[in-house]
Amino acid sequence: MNPPSSLSCDVVVMLEHGLHLSPAAQIVKTAQAYRSSLIIQKGDRRIDGKSMLDLMTLAAERGSKLRLEAQGEDAEQALKAIVALFEGNFGHVSPSDNQASG
Amino acid sequence: METRRGIAVSPGVAMGPALVLGSEGFRVPKRMVQVDAVDSEVQRFRTALQESVQEIQLHEQLAAARLGPHYGAIFAAHRELARDPKLSTEIERLIRERNFSPEFACSRVLRQHARTLQNLGDRYFAERANDLFDLEKRILRHLLGEPREELSQLNQPALLLAHNLTPSETANLDRRFVLGFSTEIGGKSSHTAILAGALGLPAVVGVGPFLANVAGGETVIIDGHEGLVIIDPDEETVARYRDADARQKSVAIRLKSLGPLKAETLDGVEIRLFGNIEFPSEVDHCVQCGAAGIGLYRTEFLYLDGGCEPTEQQHYEAYCRVAQAFPGRPVVIRTLDLGAEKFPDSMQQVIEASPNPTLGLRSLRLTLQNLPMFKTQLRAILRAAAQGDIRIMFPLVSTLLELRQAKWILADVSEDLQEEGIEHNPRIPVGMMVEVPSAAILADEFAREVDFFSIGTNDLIQYTLGVDRANPAVSHLYSSADPSVCRLIRQVVAAAERHRVSVSVCGQMSSDCLFTALLVGMGLRELSVSPNSILEVKQAVRSMTIAQAREIAARAEIFDVARDLESYLRGELSKFSPELVH
Repeated sequence: MNPPSSLSCDVVVMLEHGLHLSPAAQIVKTAQAYRSSLIIQKGDRRIDGKSMLDLMTLAAERGSKLRLEAQGEDAEQALKAIVALFEGNFGHVSPSDNQASG
Repeated sequence: METRRGIAVSPGVAMGPALVLGSEGFRVPKRMVQVDAVDSEVQRFRTALQESVQEIQLHEQLAAARLGPHYGAIFAAHRELARDPKLSTEIERLIRERNFSPEFACSRVLRQHARTLQNLGDRYFAERANDLFDLEKRILRHLLGEPREELSQLNQPALLLAHNLTPSETANLDRRFVLGFSTEIGGKSSHTAILAGALGLPAVVGVGPFLANVAGGETVIIDGHEGLVIIDPDEETVARYRDADARQKSVAIRLKSLGPLKAETLDGVEIRLFGNIEFPSEVDHCVQCGAAGIGLYRTEFLYLDGGCEPTEQQHYEAYCRVAQAFPGRPVVIRTLDLGAEKFPDSMQQVIEASPNPTLGLRSLRLTLQNLPMFKTQLRAILRAAAQGDIRIMFPLVSTLLELRQAKWILADVSEDLQEEGIEHNPRIPVGMMVEVPSAAILADEFAREVDFFSIGTNDLIQYTLGVDRANPAVSHLYSSADPSVCRLIRQVVAAAERHRVSVSVCGQMSSDCLFTALLVGMGLRELSVSPNSILEVKQAVRSMTIAQAREIAARAEIFDVARDLESYLRGELSKFSPELVH
């Protein structure tokens, strides 16, 4: 058996009002599609990225630095998918990035 | 009588008996359970939670179908929350380890998290606490089998007064009986406020504590225009609101005879009066009032009604229906003029999360970024234009590049239809709303590239004065009679004349007969007004001469503050058409 791989990376919340209800739901939904676990760390607090309650009460406001840690057989894909959400700003168009969001 | 000021989140006036919703919600019957009952109590909790999840799913579908995907997304997030194993584990642990009753455990866990959110000091996160309270109430209702009774037993018209209404309570309000509502807390960006607007219920939120003074049954007036809640209005106030209502009705009866007559000044100049409509069904009313056509067909309802995005065929049928009711007369279809509230979740966040949505991604700006959706509407308009005198109008144009881009996409769509051999009108007249000051200032430049202008005063006033009329602290600055607004209108009319493009005014200013003489005197010969105002405005037109109107418009230039101009106009109106003075 291969040792479960653990990968991590840092992201910054760019959403105007932070990681509120809808983006949190997007993270949960995406994370749940993978077998790997997802830990999100903000400061000292580490929460379960598959938990809506955790994400909501993490209250990551705009500008928060978050560390994403995925662990498991599909950690790489899981991490990629979550990072993509942040990179696309959750379908949100930021003032500096005036591209169509789909 | 007690008058309270809050935040107007949904316009309209409602008067009726008060129904006060208890702010308590549910009373938790007992806090502890017997040790040997723990297993069955956990089971009871699981069943209630399961039922709650199913109910949310139902609400999600209902909201998506009735109100649009954005509303459905609110409940989708609630569902994720309810399904979160963390939540059930936390609650079950309290039941098992501390012998809490499921009700008490539920309340305690959800309220604790809600308090955390409230204590963050961020308005946006604090409002999300409401979403947790919503879930708490929902699970408790399934545990106790006791819905918020007052709401379900409503069988006569009433105005709801509550400490707070959750999004699901609002979405489920029985519109046969609920005339409007007011809450102590809440803000403009709460989901409850958004839903009220979509349901068309007059609503005032964020009033502050006032329920202690209301027993229920008192007469209450909710004024969703001014953001007022008037409890136990004195006779004078009731009379004032009733009078306004009655006067409107009696004038309406007299005005009815004007239906078949032309909107012509005493010296025989015709002012073409068009109707502003939202629904195809309003066309009949416009026909009865003798409208010259439809000057503004707002197409937002199509997006709101079906839940999902309307198909090209749905657009087409609605447009044809309007055109057929007005054979040979112009029907101006305005392309989608909405913020993101009717769009997929990922889009709506753009607006909701923006602190200043009126300056954000909405209207033409939004459609230009959603080309497939925009093209669907354009195809339908071009096709319908082969069946009648249909014209197209772009809203919220702020730069020439935007206008050119929109026209280019229209040409592209027309080419596609050509290639597919589908009947359409490639030479459809193209117009734009002049509602951003930049467009008014550059009216000469814009006039070279469009067939017509329609001045949208509501937004023009808001953007010119930089005032959110919904904000009670500044709404007094908002006025159609502001000299700056009048000057911009003059400039646009002059530019339109120079370039021989037609120009009309839509928006509330043109529907208010106080301004009819001024607008006619400024040179406008076309006005687009709400169906309910066509006859009044016609009456005003029929009572004046062009010379009088010009005189009024010339004198109006003297006034440098809105208040003075308004009282001058009122004085003039009372001279030539006293029955129209409100």
